[in-house]
Amino acid sequence: MPGDAHIIVRDLTMAYGDFVLMRDLDFRVERGDIFVIMGGSGCGKSTLLRHLIGLNEPAKGEIFYGRENFTSADRARRVELLRSVGVLYQSGALWSSMTLAENVALPLQEFTDLRPAQIREVASLKLSLVGLRGFEDYYPYQISGGMQKRAGLARAIALDPEVLFFDEPSAGLDPISSKRLDDLILELRESMGATVVVVTHELASIFAIGTNSIFLDPETRTMIASGPPLELRDRSQDPKVREFLRRGRIGGMEEVA
Amino acid sequence: MLGRTADGALLIRLAGAWRLSGGLPDTAPVERELAATPAPREVNFETSELEEWDSALVTFLLRVTERSRGRGIDVDRSGLPAGAQRLLTLAEAVAEKEDARAAQADASLLERIGSRTISAGTSLTEMLAFLGDATLTFGRLLGGGVRFRRSDLLLLIQQVGAEALGIVSLICFLVGLILAFVGAAQLQQFGATIYVANLVGVAMVRDVGALMAAIVMAGRSGAAFAAELGSMKVTQEIDALTTMGISPLEFLVVPRIVALASMMPLLCLYADFLGILGGAFIGITMLDLSVVTYAQQTIEAVTLGHLLGGMFKAFVYGILIALAGCLRGLQATTSSSGVGIATTSAVVTSIVFVISACGLFAVVFYALGL
Ligand SMILES: Nc1ncnc2c1ncn2[C@@H]1O[C@H](COP(=O)(O)OP(=O)(O)OP(=O)(O)O)[C@@H](O)[C@H]1O
Ligand SMILES: [Mg+2]
Repeated sequence: MPGDAHIIVRDLTMAYGDFVLMRDLDFRVERGDIFVIMGGSGCGKSTLLRHLIGLNEPAKGEIFYGRENFTSADRARRVELLRSVGVLYQSGALWSSMTLAENVALPLQEFTDLRPAQIREVASLKLSLVGLRGFEDYYPYQISGGMQKRAGLARAIALDPEVLFFDEPSAGLDPISSKRLDDLILELRESMGATVVVVTHELASIFAIGTNSIFLDPETRTMIASGPPLELRDRSQDPKVREFLRRGRIGGMEEVA
Repeated sequence: MLGRTADGALLIRLAGAWRLSGGLPDTAPVERELAATPAPREVNFETSELEEWDSALVTFLLRVTERSRGRGIDVDRSGLPAGAQRLLTLAEAVAEKEDARAAQADASLLERIGSRTISAGTSLTEMLAFLGDATLTFGRLLGGGVRFRRSDLLLLIQQVGAEALGIVSLICFLVGLILAFVGAAQLQQFGATIYVANLVGVAMVRDVGALMAAIVMAGRSGAAFAAELGSMKVTQEIDALTTMGISPLEFLVVPRIVALASMMPLLCLYADFLGILGGAFIGITMLDLSVVTYAQQTIEAVTLGHLLGGMFKAFVYGILIALAGCLRGLQATTSSSGVGIATTSAVVTSIVFVISACGLFAVVFYALGL
C-alpha cells in the first residue's frame, strides 16, 4: 500500500435503529489527503462524519486512526485520539454564550499550559488566519453566517489538528465566499500539513481541492465509487457517478428523466 | 365525468376549476370504474373544458395513477395540460425510500403499548445512567479534576440566586398569608389566635419554604437549563464539546448543579423569612397581635433544627431540579419542538422529583423524631 493511511474504515454499517443507512463501507484516507465524501442529499454523509468522530456508534465494522482501533477504544483513549482532530460542523456550532475569542480559547485552555495572555494571543492569531481580525469580542449571533463558518474553522484549527473534518463548509455561502473558504482550506492544509475530510455538494470545490473521494449511493445503500474526483468524472463505469460529477445534479431526478 | 371509449379505455373528462380552495375531489368513482369488469384497458384524460387548476388536480391525478398502476392499468397522460404532466413526472422522479415511510406507519394498539413500555424502560435506564455519570463527575469535582469556567458558574449563581428573589418573595409572602388566614379561622374558635405564629413559623421553616422555593425554581431554572442545553444540542454545540474531549457533564451540568445546590438553601432561608412576614401581616392587621408578641411567639416555636432541616431539604431539591433540567435538556431531540418538549418534561420531572423527595423526607424525619 502506498502512503501511510491516516483513517481506515473497515466494513462499516451505519444505522439509526432498524433503519440501515449505508453498509459495507470500506475506504482509507491517506495522510495529507483532501478526502471528499460525495452523495445525494440525505444519503448519510453527515452521519458518516459523525461515525468518524465518535458521535455515533457503528452498527457493524471498525474505524482506525493510524494503527489504533478507534471503535473499540475506551472513552479516555478516544478523547486522546480526537485531540488531534478539528471539526467544522454544518451549522458552525459555535458556543453561543461565548465570544469568538473565548470559543477559540476554550480548547487551548483545556489542553495546553499556556498563560491566559498567551491564549488570547493565539486565539487572535487563529481568528486573523480566517479573516476575522478585530472580531475577538463579538458574540456568534452578532456576525453573519459565513463569518460564523469561518469562526468555526478558527476554533477547529485551534490546536493545530492533524485531521480536519468539514461538513458542507460552503453550504449557504455565496460563490465568492465559498471559493475563499476553499482557498483557505487548501492554504491551511499546505501550511499545517493536515489531512482533510470534507463532505460537500459543490462540484467546484470537489474538483478544486479533492485528492481522493468516495461516492455514497442511497439506492444500493453503499459506496459505489472511490478514487480521485477528476478520474471518477472521466473514467467511472457508473452512470450515476458520472452524471453527478458532470452536471452536479443531486438525487435521482435526472436519472429517471 | 367518466366514460368509456370505444376501445375499452376509461376516459376521465376534467372540467371547470380545480382549486385547493374548493377541496380535494373524491377518487372513489374512478376507483369503482377501475375495479369494474371488464377492467378498462387504459386510462385517458380529456381536458378541453378544464379552466384553471393547481395542486388539487395534481394530487388527484397522482392518486388515480397510483390506483391504476396498482391494478396493472396503463395511464396515458397525453390529454393533460403540459404543466400538470411535468409536475407528475417530477413527483414520481425520486423513488420513495421504502423503509423511510414504513418507520412512521400506524402501529396497532398492542404495538404502541409495547413500544411505550420499552421506551419507559429505556428512559429509566437513561436516567439512572445519567445519575451515575453525574455522581462520578462529582466525585472528581471533589478531587479537583473537573473543568468548567468560573465565570459560567458566577453567572449561573446570579441567575438562579439573585434574579429569583422577586418571584420567591411574592410567592412565599402570599403563602405565609394564606397559611395564617386558614390557621386563624380555625384557631379563633379556641381563642388561641396567637398560635397562628407557631403554625406559620413551623410550617414555613420546616417544609413549605423549601418546597415553595423548589417549585418556583423548577419552573424557572429547571426549564431554563433544559431549554439552554436542548438548544445547544440543536446547534451541535454539545457535539463540538464532546469531540473536543470536554465532557458536557463537567462543563455544563456540574456548574448548574453547584449553582442551584448552593443557592437553594439561601433562597429557602429567604422564603422562610418572607412567609413569616406574610403570617405576621395577617396577625397584626387582622388578629390585633403586636409585632413584638408575634416575633417572640415565632422565635419560641421555631428551633434551629427546623431551620437547618428545611435548608437541607432545599439543598437536595436544588440538586434534583438541576439534574432533571440538565437530563431533559441533554435528552432533547434535535429540533425546536424537541426543545419545547424537553422544557415541559424538565418542569414535570423536577416537580415530581421534588414532591417525591418531600414525601420521603416527611417519613424519614418522622422516623428520626426530628
Ligand atoms: N437522529 C436521527 N434519527 C433517525 N434518522 C436520522 C437521524 N439523523 C439522520 N437520520 C436519517 O439519516 C439519513 C441521512 O442523514 P444525513 O444527515 O447523514 O444526510 P446527509 O447525507 O448529510 O444529507 P445532506 O446532504 O442533506 O446534509 C436521513 O435520511 C435521515 O432521515
Ligand atoms: Mg449533512
